[in-house]
Amino acid sequence: MAKKLAIIASKGTLDGAYPPFLLASTAAALGFEAKIFFTFYGLQLLKKDLSLKVSPLGNPAMPMPVPVPSLIQVIPGMEAFATWMMKRKLKSKGVASVEELRSICLESEVELIACQMTVDLFDFKQEDFIDGISSGGAATFLEFASDADITLYI
Amino acid sequence: MSAFDVEVDTSGLNCPLPVLKARKALADMSAGQKLHLIVTDKGANKDIPAFCKMTGNQLVENYEQAGKLHFILEKGA
Repeated sequence: MAKKLAIIASKGTLDGAYPPFLLASTAAALGFEAKIFFTFYGLQLLKKDLSLKVSPLGNPAMPMPVPVPSLIQVIPGMEAFATWMMKRKLKSKGVASVEELRSICLESEVELIACQMTVDLFDFKQEDFIDGISSGGAATFLEFASDADITLYI
Repeated sequence: MSAFDVEVDTSGLNCPLPVLKARKALADMSAGQKLHLIVTDKGANKDIPAFCKMTGNQLVENYEQAGKLHFILEKGA
């Protein structure tokens, strides 16, 4: 029987988008049955238009070309600059885009589940999300995770 | 270097794309056929053997040449 990977994706930032899609697509390539449950800010990863960002603010570990004090990081445009820098870096290093990894997940039948409670909480609409996803709640995730070989909360 | 049936060059691509591209190529091949995978991602030295182990494909040969990693994979039954 195929091994199973269950992931909860709770982050909606550019850097937070990588681990769930990267691990699930690779797991599928290794023959796993994989499911990702998207909750709270993780729901942003299911939007048709991904406008994911990364912020150096409150993230002292983020490598910057020059040290930028926190007070400067709040200036409008700093987040956009950090995002632009990160995307350029990812591309130059031959790292797949989030969109690409998400497409591979869908192609390789990774089940993408939107947490219904948080969809309602944020007043998101079905048409905001990509096609091919399902929805469910805590029990849906726990049923699958109860017999998964690997379970991750990201 | 062993003979091969299909060649996939993932030069410049980073983890996990070499594994994903290997998987895609192997899906269209028949058992016993060989895939020549070229990779520049250094992590592949661990990742490709792990991929083979998990998927029942056999790593027949691997070597480094001109700064690139070369793997010959035989598709399992």
